[in-house]
Amino acid sequence: MGRMRWRLPFRRRARRSGVDQPGVDQPGVGALVAPIARADRFSTTDLISEATVDIGARPGRLIMTLAGTVLGVGALVATVGFAQTAAGQIARQFDAAAATGIEITPASATTRGGTQVATARLPWDSVDRVERLAGVESAVLLSDVTLTDGGTVTAVPVNDPSVALPAPPPIVAASAELLDTLGGAVTTGRMFDVGHDRRGDRVAVIGARQAERLAINRVDSQPSIFIGGIAYAVVGIVDGFERRADLLDAVIIPTGAARADFGLGGPGSVQARIVVGAGPQVKDQAPLTLSPADPEAVEVAAPRAGSDLSRNVQSDVNLVFVALGVIVLLAGGLGIANVTMLSVMERTAEIGLRRALGATSRQIAGQFVVESVIIGLLGGIMGAALAVFGVLTVSVVAGWVPVLDPLLAVGGALLGAVVGLVAGWLPARRASRIEPVVALRS
Amino acid sequence: MSDADHSNPHPLVELRDVTRSFPGPPEVQALKGINLRVQTGDYVSIVGPSGSGKSTMLSILGLLDRPSVGEYRLDGTLTGALDENQRAAVRARRIGFVFQAFHLMPRRTVLDNVLVPMLYSGVPRAEREPRARAALERVGLGHRIDFLPSLLSGGERQRVAVARAVVGRPSLLLADEPTGNLDRSTSDEVLKIFDELHAEGQTLVVITHDAEVAARAARRVRISDGRLEEVA
Repeated sequence: MGRMRWRLPFRRRARRSGVDQPGVDQPGVGALVAPIARADRFSTTDLISEATVDIGARPGRLIMTLAGTVLGVGALVATVGFAQTAAGQIARQFDAAAATGIEITPASATTRGGTQVATARLPWDSVDRVERLAGVESAVLLSDVTLTDGGTVTAVPVNDPSVALPAPPPIVAASAELLDTLGGAVTTGRMFDVGHDRRGDRVAVIGARQAERLAINRVDSQPSIFIGGIAYAVVGIVDGFERRADLLDAVIIPTGAARADFGLGGPGSVQARIVVGAGPQVKDQAPLTLSPADPEAVEVAAPRAGSDLSRNVQSDVNLVFVALGVIVLLAGGLGIANVTMLSVMERTAEIGLRRALGATSRQIAGQFVVESVIIGLLGGIMGAALAVFGVLTVSVVAGWVPVLDPLLAVGGALLGAVVGLVAGWLPARRASRIEPVVALRS
Repeated sequence: MSDADHSNPHPLVELRDVTRSFPGPPEVQALKGINLRVQTGDYVSIVGPSGSGKSTMLSILGLLDRPSVGEYRLDGTLTGALDENQRAAVRARRIGFVFQAFHLMPRRTVLDNVLVPMLYSGVPRAEREPRARAALERVGLGHRIDFLPSLLSGGERQRVAVARAVVGRPSLLLADEPTGNLDRSTSDEVLKIFDELHAEGQTLVVITHDAEVAARAARRVRISDGRLEEVA
């Protein structure tokens, strides 16, 4: 029993030795060579050190070999990195503005002449109705006001027949919730309020750019502007709209005044600010609350759920550059294959010598595969590092938040190693088939 | 001494009717029915003009090639039954090579070059460097250990190659035109080392076309047109 226990591990080791030093335990060869202790066999460490000793021997060639892999991995990692960063950036903007914005308009139809005409009307109390919906934070009524032919907007009622009439700026009728809903701010004066709206007072706020054009920069004296000849008191200048930046060029008057002075027939649209993620639900409910009898008469433009939004953005950005990166990487792989092949041919004599000294063909193949894997890994690491650095630099310069999956850099380095593995396979096979007799006869 | 002790059941090398032919057309028979016995401790030279089959002979003796016909017993074991990996193991442990072109690795130091065979022969790791240094001392190059081969003279390079060949303590040292790239005086350095190794009991087979080199061996064999004959 004791003997068997002694023998068993020994036999197992002997059998396993067949992997490293095949056949040493076979009867024929056993008489010629004794088994080698495990620690003294040609180990993975030996393989790696034999394969790496010569990598740095020709720095110029090494750089040329690495270039393709560095560029390829770099392009791929940078592409994905930029896409992630850009998607993060775009998603952020969507979150901040579009993902919380919703626009409700009356249904429209296209006439034969190609113009859009509204086929329904929103109720005047749309704001009150929409604000009652869960998820809506505030809403505002916006309508475009059309002046009768020849109507203008001026700061002084001068009638100079020698000057061509300027086109009037856009005039927008709004309710008092404008700034709250669209994210604007008053720079001078104040915003008109619900009272102005209800009474139809002739007051106006003007967008910052339009104020410049009308040469109005202070409102403490309540300067007047003439809209289609009717005097309106300017109570404030507004700026900084997150949505509807076109309002910066507009003259904004209360809806009540627009109905009284310009015969506004019905609200043009309702803009609402909603909480993130409420889009689909508000989209379903708004038509019912605004037009219970005919929900089809109301159209709602709501953002999709945030996640598919950013996913779409990301995949759009990626495709072309990923294809490009793959092509460059293939070129890099070919470069490694080429140089490894060259190195195999240059070192034919060394291969023959190693075979004569007792290296098996597998050990020779392993040496060249490991060499090209390490070159690929080096290229991958350098490429990934360059790409990460590039993404960081561009992000810093552009003021973005860099978004980079740490696995991406690791994956890039590994990808380089895989390229090296594939590229080294053929040269290694060739090296392992070199006949020592032929190789040594030089 | 040569074949004096035929009674020994275990010559180190025994070739029986070895023929090596290379398929043609035309088919070439490099070796024709060779019989050769080399006892442990012999110093044998094989001479012959170029093209006579010397190199083929060395390849077969060194297990780098297989006979087409006939059998080769090394230390009593039939080598024909061994597969390529087993033959590699036997080369690593039992055979040392010295080549005409030295075949040193140009970017490795002298010491590293001598260490390489022990990677494959499985000498215990702790012994490797001391053995390599001792082998280099043995060939008189203890002061050149950290040199690159390119800084050495031809004779010194061949002595490094000899150190590399004997560091694994092979049973059989095969030298293929060891002085082919050397001048007279440096040849002598190498041949002197061979004499010393022989005196220490090393079995040597030296292949050469140079009669003077061949004359250093106790036993000379001539090969011509693939056939072997004893000379002395």
